Amino acid sequence: MALSAQQRPGLRAALWMLPAVLLLLITYFVPLLDVLTTSVTEPRPGLNNYAGLLTDTGAQRIILTTLRISLTATLIAVGLGYLVAYAMVTGSPRRRVVMFACVMVPFWISILVRTFAWILLLRTEGIVNNGLITLHLIDDPLDMLYSETGVLIGTVHYMVPIAAMTLYGQMEGIDQRLITAARGLGAGPVFAFRTVFLPLSLPGIAAASVLIFIGGIGYFIVPALLGGGKTLMLAEYIGLLITTTVNWGLGTALATVLVAIVLMLLFAVSRLVDIRRAFGST
Amino acid sequence: MVVAPKRRVLPVLAWVVLLFLLLPCILVVPVSLTDTDYLAMPEQGLSLRWWHTLFASPEWMVALGQSLGIGLAATAIAVSAGTLCAIGCWRARNRWSALVRALILVPMIVPTVVYALGLFRVYAKVGLLDSFTGVILAHAALALPYPVLTVGAALTNFDPRLEQAARNLGASGWQVLRLVTLPNLKAGILSGAIFAFVVSWDELVVVLFIAGRRVHTLPRQIWSGIRENLDPTIAAVATLLIAVTLLALIPVLRGSRTAPKEA
Repeated sequence: MALSAQQRPGLRAALWMLPAVLLLLITYFVPLLDVLTTSVTEPRPGLNNYAGLLTDTGAQRIILTTLRISLTATLIAVGLGYLVAYAMVTGSPRRRVVMFACVMVPFWISILVRTFAWILLLRTEGIVNNGLITLHLIDDPLDMLYSETGVLIGTVHYMVPIAAMTLYGQMEGIDQRLITAARGLGAGPVFAFRTVFLPLSLPGIAAASVLIFIGGIGYFIVPALLGGGKTLMLAEYIGLLITTTVNWGLGTALATVLVAIVLMLLFAVSRLVDIRRAFGST
Repeated sequence: MVVAPKRRVLPVLAWVVLLFLLLPCILVVPVSLTDTDYLAMPEQGLSLRWWHTLFASPEWMVALGQSLGIGLAATAIAVSAGTLCAIGCWRARNRWSALVRALILVPMIVPTVVYALGLFRVYAKVGLLDSFTGVILAHAALALPYPVLTVGAALTNFDPRLEQAARNLGASGWQVLRLVTLPNLKAGILSGAIFAFVVSWDELVVVLFIAGRRVHTLPRQIWSGIRENLDPTIAAVATLLIAVTLLALIPVLRGSRTAPKEA
């Protein structure tokens, strides 16, 4: 057997992949497939759940809210992440290392911890409101938590490190000497940036935007804790459909819609950039 | 978006963004040392009272222990399967290995809530709901992409001729793996293990769906703490978690500084 395996290196390599592939198929893809089949079998076979979505204004509103919040947060996060990535790529190696660490640390801090920190800051009797009242800038506390603003802030905070790392990964491949050349030919710094660097970084902007938008529409913890039940996003709504109303048909149909949106966007971005690289750099 | 790439202004703005990322996390530390009865900055002085409450609380300690155990078990599975898979993909380099690599990234892309729904249904059928085995397997699947990516990256810097040389010198397949390949991939395996552990340690959504009375991980305990009684104990836990993250990140950050960047 050893001999035949040696003669067929492909087969031998397949054996190496086997444990991972089995783990993934059994514990990941079987459940995922179950969601899809449930959406067309519960409560009875057919596309009723999807047809129902077309008239379900409640679910549609939640889909729209989810898309709106994710899009707004994505635009802000990509803007902020771009600033950081640009400062890293144009800075000294020392600055790059320090900034890299400052991005990685919040990225790996538990999302629950980060959301909790925002609750501390934003709640009615929280640090921001107390500070503003002490400084006599406001008389009554602002309602920042349990609103769309709160969800947006928490979401942006979660997205910026991912945006910065993805953008940085792409910007690293841009030849910095092109800027020098443009400057040498008489372009001002703004002009050189706008006509040389910005266009070259567009694929990175597109990849980062799509990647974090895809993540954003599936967020569960941030909207659930910072939205306080008032600002519902899709993932939390799907959870509620299952845990409170036990509506498996609608829940799994919405989950399938969520995956479909994600896959379509991913396909779109794969036309623009090498996805594996974008993931490898985060 | 028009950004003036001035040498001075831009880095300052970038630091402001980084401050926005770091400050909320840092603020958790003084709040955990508050001398008040509620969540607030310390008023009269610092107090370790809430840290005492944390370490004296059986619920928090059980949650900590469970998360540690589940995290280590899931990491062991994900790292062994992931490392073998990365080596297999690297040796095969064919259409199938490209497909496997793409499939392994899927758990990073599909929203966890979707997976949690399916997992609940499947586990209900096979009787794995609220079991440690069930949570460990699910976390191993979610963590699998990370060791595959980090070991895969380490393999791009590994010369396949080293393996051939070892074979020519009479090493068996197992000896090649143990004495040549794996030692050369140490850094990739270590960072893969750290990432995998953090994924499990931090995972909430799947646990919320499949856990009942028995499984009570740290994220679940924090989640119910935030929703039910928001007290400074949570700030102490949060500080503890930040410290753990920092410790775990030191080798990763050191590795990324020295490791040659892919072009």
